Amino acid sequence: MPLYTLEINGTKREVEVAAGTSLLWVLREHLGLTGTKYGCGIAICGACVIHVDGTPMRACVLNVEAISEGQRLKTIEGLSEAGDHPLQKAWIEAQAPQCGYCQSGQIMQAAALLEANPSPSREEIKSHMNSVLCRCGTYLRILKAIELAAQNHSPAES
Amino acid sequence: MNRRHFLKSSGGVAIFIGMSGLLPQLISCNDPKKIGEQLTKQPLTAWVKIAGDGSMVICNPAAEMGQGSMTSLPLIFAEEMDADWSRVSVEFSPQEADIYGGEGWSPGTKLMFTVGSRTTKSYYTVMRKAGAQARYVLLHSAAKHWEVPVSELTTSESFVIHETSDRRMSYGDLVPFLEMPEVLPEIGEEQLKKKKDFRLIGKVIPRTEIPAKVDGSAQFAIDIRLPEMVYGVMERGNLHGATPTLTNKTEIESLEGVLKIVTLPYAIGIIGSTLEQALEAKKKLQINWSDSEASGHNSQRVYERYKKMASAQNPGKILIEKGDVATAMKKAAKTYTADFRNDYVCHAQMEPLNAVVQVSADLQSAEVWVGSQQGPDTKLGVPAILGIPPEKVNVHLQYLGGGFGRRSMNDFVEECTLLAREVAPRPLKLLWTREDDFTYGAFRPLSFQRIVAGTNAGGELTSFSHCVVGDGGNLVASGAANDHYNIPNQRAEWREASNGIRLKHWRAVGHGPNKFAIECTLDEIARDQGLDPVAFRRRLMSDSPRALATLEKAAELSDWDGATRQGRAKGVAFVEHGSLGTGICEISLNRDTGVIRVHNFWIAVDAGVIIHPDNVRAQMEGGILMGMSSVLKEQITIEEGRVQQTNYNTYQLLRMQEIPDKIETYLIDSEAHPEGVGETATPMVAGAIANAFLKLTGKQLRHMPFTPDRVLEVLNS
Repeated sequence: MPLYTLEINGTKREVEVAAGTSLLWVLREHLGLTGTKYGCGIAICGACVIHVDGTPMRACVLNVEAISEGQRLKTIEGLSEAGDHPLQKAWIEAQAPQCGYCQSGQIMQAAALLEANPSPSREEIKSHMNSVLCRCGTYLRILKAIELAAQNHSPAES
Repeated sequence: MNRRHFLKSSGGVAIFIGMSGLLPQLISCNDPKKIGEQLTKQPLTAWVKIAGDGSMVICNPAAEMGQGSMTSLPLIFAEEMDADWSRVSVEFSPQEADIYGGEGWSPGTKLMFTVGSRTTKSYYTVMRKAGAQARYVLLHSAAKHWEVPVSELTTSESFVIHETSDRRMSYGDLVPFLEMPEVLPEIGEEQLKKKKDFRLIGKVIPRTEIPAKVDGSAQFAIDIRLPEMVYGVMERGNLHGATPTLTNKTEIESLEGVLKIVTLPYAIGIIGSTLEQALEAKKKLQINWSDSEASGHNSQRVYERYKKMASAQNPGKILIEKGDVATAMKKAAKTYTADFRNDYVCHAQMEPLNAVVQVSADLQSAEVWVGSQQGPDTKLGVPAILGIPPEKVNVHLQYLGGGFGRRSMNDFVEECTLLAREVAPRPLKLLWTREDDFTYGAFRPLSFQRIVAGTNAGGELTSFSHCVVGDGGNLVASGAANDHYNIPNQRAEWREASNGIRLKHWRAVGHGPNKFAIECTLDEIARDQGLDPVAFRRRLMSDSPRALATLEKAAELSDWDGATRQGRAKGVAFVEHGSLGTGICEISLNRDTGVIRVHNFWIAVDAGVIIHPDNVRAQMEGGILMGMSSVLKEQITIEEGRVQQTNYNTYQLLRMQEIPDKIETYLIDSEAHPEGVGETATPMVAGAIANAFLKLTGKQLRHMPFTPDRVLEVLNS
């Protein structure tokens, strides 16, 4: 089987899998980065959102060979050193998660938004986050958490 | 080795509070060897561990699926133990009902089953008494150490205090001096803290497991990886109960990584070296499926048959009979008849079903890693499959990526065990794909309901007859009772239909469809009588002050009597599901597209003593959003017995752009025993929306879900 080298969370990782293997299984089952979740396998629920060169993407529909060696992957495990990204702190402050299963995807999706747009409007947040499902119904608190994180980091506040 | 030395040398793990039934089983502290054996070997009857530095681990005996048990149950324990909450961490207890069970279905029995919103209710007293016993051990030990009577000691936030001699000692510092009493005293209700003295219960406390849920470290069963682990997947088809015949077995066996094919009566299982290899082989399976009981079932056409059944003369199984409905109907000044329908819905929990099982080489024991709502035997059916005693099965409970009733059925654990046995002693992870989860789901049943109600000359509701037609007994019957409405003559009955579709409890079970039918009927009567819906219910609740208080409070929060914005309307619904709640929503409608928009929801709930207020609010918010999702969007349809939906693209859930601006919850203060809150909000939604729609349009929504097509059809009727 071919050997692939991936740069994940700043570290080069090698993995030997069949071509065509989804990046999601590579991350979760081969490399043990299980914070990225399997929800649908067809890029419709958002539980597996990771960043590829800063862009939020669905790991479940990316094949391992589609990632070139220079590309940087970031998963929830690499979002911050100590779980203290402004969004992670805001998520705790808002007590957002219930079952928690979708939350890695939610946070990674939100992190990409704030990087591109540090002070989004409520409608911009809803629009950006609309593609990530939560079955427990934590959307109101996710919205609150993103607004909190944006406030805490807006230039006007700092 | 003396006992003190032993306690010091055993990693600081020192207090073991045993409970078996209400009588404690204590470790004999005169025999360190026996303690050692029990600590290392026995499934010990233990609720709390404490280290010399004062840090504690308290056990949570319930599943954690987002409902907050990982905080609320240990919090109750810590309250009575008088522990410093900042030093508490929480772990799942072993799955042993004799030791960790809550109150079972019948008095004197024990159960570990996180279902029916029973957790807080059934564990409240258990956790309080266990916490009080832990405190007693600390008091007893301090009394011995200081040589003072126990009665002179008090506690405060992890300190034992002897005021007379002005001495205090932290729980951690007491560890080397622990003395296990020979007998733990029975703790009576009167010895427990009074509500006014609570430091933790009812306060704002962050949930213990949330930090792990924001950095990816929270472990779900699907995240388990073990050395030598292999993977199992299954093809079960989309015709429930059909038997498979595999026609390309040789081809599948020759695929790279395929270790074994396992045939079940309803599925073909594949064991693969890697997940991707197993999944690849699953895609290539060629299977002929037999007919099954579900063959020929068409969900959207079955309503005609159900309607005929509801119209037949012979009654079904009587669920409720109060007064004399027949006579009351004859005397009624006016009667009302309304029919309601609800399609199948699926749990669609975000974590697909999965488990990891490792069967020992001699097939005489097993380790199980699973996110389960547990079950009556706590061993999830594994012992029966392997033909071994329950004590040979060790269940490691993990966080659940959603339950909603689906994980109270352990079919996936049984499947995983069957496959794991084939590869023993290698561990096996079984994964259901999302497609498996929908096509072989276990749904909330489709049902048809007919309500016939009668009023007297004064417009008072005097009789109420509710006929439910559908599969599944209590799955369709729950919630048909009107215990908080003063209607003198009531009857509810169930007429059984069977279609071979797999069914299961789905959050709030029959309450969803039944409260929809009941609450809509009330509004239709009120409207016909020219009465305000809140005023109409106020009269009906005259004998039920707690229910009435939720109605009054919700009306106040929503400014029910005030003006509503142009193009909007408010609707009300009441639900009892252990706790009592009234919900009022405000909606608008796009008359071109048929899309209903919910702008606000106001809820007042009486759940007895509130353990963890923010968590109750979270349950109300989540319950409303899951209710909106199911009422406005979700629909499983069956054609010729085959489930039509396969993934979230064809089974759509509520998304962020569809949420209300606000869900406001008011918690009514109470001294009553706590009741569950997980299933009180969801069944409010259908009635509240349909009643708002009636006010807005004069038209009746009587078939869930209220999809845009159906809304337009009703509007144009």
